[in-house]
Amino acid sequence: MDVRDDRLYTKSHEWVKKESDGTVSIGITDYAQDLLSDVVFVELPETGGTVSTGDEVAVAESVKAASDIYAPISGEIVAANEDLEDSPEKVNEEPFDGGWIFRMKPSDEGELDGLMGHEAYQEMCESEE
Amino acid sequence: MPFIPHTEADVREMLDTIGVSSIEELFAEIPEAIRAKPLEKVPEGLNEMELMRLMRERAARDDNGLRTFVGAGVYEHHVPAAVWEIATRGEYYSAYTPYQAEASQGTLQTIYEFQSMIAGLTGMEAANASLYEGGTALAEAVLMAVRAHKGKSHRVLVPDTVHPSYRRVAASFCGAQDIVIETLPHDPATGVLDPAALDAVEGDFAALVVPQPNFFGRLEDEAALAAKAAERGALVIASVNPMALALLTPPGAWGADIAVGEGQPLGIPMSSGGPFLGLMATSKKLVRQMPGRLAARTVDTDGREGFTLTLQAREQHIRRAKAKSNICTNQGLAMTAATIFMALVGDEGLKQAAGVSHTNTRKLVERLTAIDGVERLFEGPFFHEAALKLPQPATEVTKALADKGILGGFELGREFEGLDNGLLVCATETKTEADLDAYAEALAQVV
Repeated sequence: MDVRDDRLYTKSHEWVKKESDGTVSIGITDYAQDLLSDVVFVELPETGGTVSTGDEVAVAESVKAASDIYAPISGEIVAANEDLEDSPEKVNEEPFDGGWIFRMKPSDEGELDGLMGHEAYQEMCESEE
Repeated sequence: MPFIPHTEADVREMLDTIGVSSIEELFAEIPEAIRAKPLEKVPEGLNEMELMRLMRERAARDDNGLRTFVGAGVYEHHVPAAVWEIATRGEYYSAYTPYQAEASQGTLQTIYEFQSMIAGLTGMEAANASLYEGGTALAEAVLMAVRAHKGKSHRVLVPDTVHPSYRRVAASFCGAQDIVIETLPHDPATGVLDPAALDAVEGDFAALVVPQPNFFGRLEDEAALAAKAAERGALVIASVNPMALALLTPPGAWGADIAVGEGQPLGIPMSSGGPFLGLMATSKKLVRQMPGRLAARTVDTDGREGFTLTLQAREQHIRRAKAKSNICTNQGLAMTAATIFMALVGDEGLKQAAGVSHTNTRKLVERLTAIDGVERLFEGPFFHEAALKLPQPATEVTKALADKGILGGFELGREFEGLDNGLLVCATETKTEADLDAYAEALAQVV
């Protein structure tokens, strides 16, 4: 299981990475993609919409399940990874890089403090196994 | 024979275990007023011999030479004898989609062929394995359009020329889901929705329903209506008659995002109103929003062709409460019959049946409007059904015609205020010149 130390994590297995332009990018973790198995479709969010923490904003559909992806913080959706429309397998192949799902502009950066660091996330996954 | 497998002792034991004295007490919290009461007109159970006798007596009433000119959503078309001979073979005769789907390759292939034919007829990219009937298909299309609408509007425009029963079904589906169905009136001179009327509609809407042909048999200005809806960012739902599609421009070619309809004209007998067959097709872009089962063709690990259910993440067994619909089955037997019907008559056969139905209705309208006081209610082209204006209430006329062995049509006053003298008539390919003459002769005596 790959966990990166340059980002934050949620209990529902999203990763959140601060970008240099003040936005954050969001995807699902290596652990989550492994549980889902082959992702065949990602329902992307509309850009421009405002969402609150915990809102369902995207869906990752695999050959055996469909899983909601939640907004880890409140803010505006500023981008969605359109590459996934034709290549959803990127979520499996490179969950932390090319498999990113959407970007948000946080309405309150303080909310990021409520997320887990990589060590806490790793511990949580290990206890789930 | 009881159809519940529990014995009285079983029931007693279960009641005792949960501490309830009787079945009535178990249901005590259901208000008296909404509980099902014994059905008054349904007699006690009959044995097979008694039942056969009763049904024979009833069937004889249908077989007394009545000629029907009633359409209004259900159409008398010729059904080749082979259709039901084949559909009721053991290999096909199952009214349900299989649970262990991939074990039934033949059933999946039949569904796949059906879907391909419906996609072809409607000019759309993907059709599902069918829904219950035309009304629920429209209601599901409305829910689907609201899900897919980018502006998240919960308002859907439905012309009053959409079948009244379909509008009622859609309203009861949508009422509890916060979806507003707004009815648009037809132009009283033409019996269709004037595309310009859409300009007067303010605000966003998720979808516009376009019936083609409409309930009056009239052809709507479908492309203009679709274009106006699309300009406003709304989806277009076509409600179509599959028989008419043999001749008319398919909805996929005039801008529909979703096409729905009643499949009964495709080899399914009228049989007192059902079971019927809901059709639904859409674009590839929207296919994940579509309800219902979907069969697909694929290859197995050895590269051999096989069939499978696909895109199941839309459905309840995977998506639970977030499924696209509570519909997780299809109308298996009627779908099988429709597939066999379409395969038997082919493209040409369908065109012929549709063409002769149109010609027969034109001839009928000519003969009936030659009678003093009888005229067309709306001007403009129609498919195989037309509204007439009579000099007296239509219900009086149909009653008198029935005495002469003619089921004269659908009385429009039953559904449309102010159209008490309106009669909707239909003459399919099943009618002969003699039938048309007999109707004209009878009507001349009645009005």
